[in-house]
Amino acid sequence: MAAATFSDEPGLFRSLTARPAVLAALVVFGLILVAALLAPWISPADPARMSVRARLSPPFGGAYLLGADAFGRDVLSRLLFAGRVSLSIGLGVAVVSTALGILIGLAAGFFRRLDAPLSRLIDAMMAFPDILLAIALVAILGGSILNVILALSIVYTPRIARIVRAATLVIRELPFVEAARALGSSNLSIMAWHVLPNIVSPVTVQATFIFAYAMLAEAGLSFLGVGVDPSIPTWGTMVNEGRQYLDQALYLILFPGIAISLAVLSLQLIGDGLRDALDPRLAKDV
Amino acid sequence: MNRAPILSVDGLRVAFRSRGRQVTALRDVDFSIEAGRTLALVGESGSGKSVTSLALLGLLPPNGKVTGGRATYRSRNGATLDLAGLPAKQFRKVRGREIAMIFQEPMSSLNPLFSIGEQIGEMLKLHEDLDAAARRRRVVEMLELVEIPAAASRLDDYPHELSGGMRQRVMIALALVCAPQLLIADEPTTALDVTVQAQILDLMRRLQREMGMSILFITHDMGVVAEMADDVAVMYAGAIVEEAGVEALFARPAHPYTRGLLASIPRPDRPEGERLKAIPGAVPPLTALPPGCAFAPRCPHALPACDQPVALEAVLPAHRAACIRASEVMADA
Repeated sequence: MAAATFSDEPGLFRSLTARPAVLAALVVFGLILVAALLAPWISPADPARMSVRARLSPPFGGAYLLGADAFGRDVLSRLLFAGRVSLSIGLGVAVVSTALGILIGLAAGFFRRLDAPLSRLIDAMMAFPDILLAIALVAILGGSILNVILALSIVYTPRIARIVRAATLVIRELPFVEAARALGSSNLSIMAWHVLPNIVSPVTVQATFIFAYAMLAEAGLSFLGVGVDPSIPTWGTMVNEGRQYLDQALYLILFPGIAISLAVLSLQLIGDGLRDALDPRLAKDV
Repeated sequence: MNRAPILSVDGLRVAFRSRGRQVTALRDVDFSIEAGRTLALVGESGSGKSVTSLALLGLLPPNGKVTGGRATYRSRNGATLDLAGLPAKQFRKVRGREIAMIFQEPMSSLNPLFSIGEQIGEMLKLHEDLDAAARRRRVVEMLELVEIPAAASRLDDYPHELSGGMRQRVMIALALVCAPQLLIADEPTTALDVTVQAQILDLMRRLQREMGMSILFITHDMGVVAEMADDVAVMYAGAIVEEAGVEALFARPAHPYTRGLLASIPRPDRPEGERLKAIPGAVPPLTALPPGCAFAPRCPHALPACDQPVALEAVLPAHRAACIRASEVMADA
């Protein structure tokens, strides 16, 4: 009967790829992901090896496809290795903030007593400008990859928590939840069985956006010099280093800049596509 | 049949806090249900039928509270529990295993994201210690019991693939899979069309015969009452106004409100052109109840003495009414 329209995996994938822009975004992001994963095997050189003679050698000529930086390091190799770090930070932030956000949002939405204190906490955190909060947290915690992930997760947790709380408030009052309660379900089983599965869609969409925001924020932090340690290549630290040679070697910020833009843009498009594909009101026509 | 009551409710009072004021929704509700029998709780919207059932399951909304009375329940291991003062933790053991409830909306009472087999299986997981294969067998048995055709092949169906009647059957299976002693059915057929309604009522009667549970049947439909109930309790403005066996109540109602309700049923043998007798006026708001009998302002039999509180008293053995003129009303029928 209507089983075909139920959003099981192949159906979801089909409705995602039905939009050309989303399909393109999936391909681009997939390529970025594969390139970053395979960095140790496909990069032409050691990203840390310096060569005084190759200093600032321009791209598309000679041994360095995308040129070399001020220390004579191969930009393409650095770009690939930096991608691993930048993507890891984005993914790490998406995962950690989603987990924390679900916990806080569920607690706030499900237990009336916790709602007011947790909601005020969320509001207070959202009142800070994202980047300032992140700068303050990194300054306190120190600039390791893990600390940047932690700091940005704290920044983005309220976004997930708000969505989860709102959805939980709605679902908690649905008749099937009352029915489950009347038949002896515990709070825990109602949360796991009835609430969580029903908030997967909006949370997935938001997590995708946070992945993108976190990569942007990481680049911003590194550019400002308060991100991960400058010795670790990320797309952000590469832009930061290239900034000083803007008049001589534009490509030093151009390539990492393009990488950031492509990754963020494709993630945003995937997020939009997911939102459309997972919304039951829009899913029907596919 | 064993005639010891499985649940006896005694002076149950429930109040709601609303904008700083306390509103009494149930005023000394008394009734009892015997093992294996069906009690119909009848009344208009707002008379307190649903509040009664929610209070019995400890599911009152956060602004509602039981403020008095007892609800003595005899559990299957023979212990007696007072549901009016049971701590939340113990209520969880009562719900589903001892007392189960089904609701009016079969369309939205099932989680759309899980198959019906998973949902019934989850009930068993909650209450009984069975392995996956045994659970599956029980689920199939239960679906067969509620007369779902080709039960074994429908386990993996999702709620949206079933009709309203089928969903209500699934809800009944869900409620009865742990063999509760008491089933509370809150207008289970109101959302269904008439032929399906008759099938569901038949099914519930058959299951009651086979499984021996008691049913508290909440409805406003006197036709359904006549078909389902052994005993009837009529509610008006948060109190029971009459309680009797179904035949006695239909033959000789002792409370003017019950009489009014019965007179307002459309019947085919009514002379042509005769208008349905509606009860004049409307149910008073719970915030502005008259001092004595709540029905007095609408009652054709009201006397000045009706502004005094009136208790539910026996008119005949096993027939109680809360009216000072009960015997006159009865004789008049």
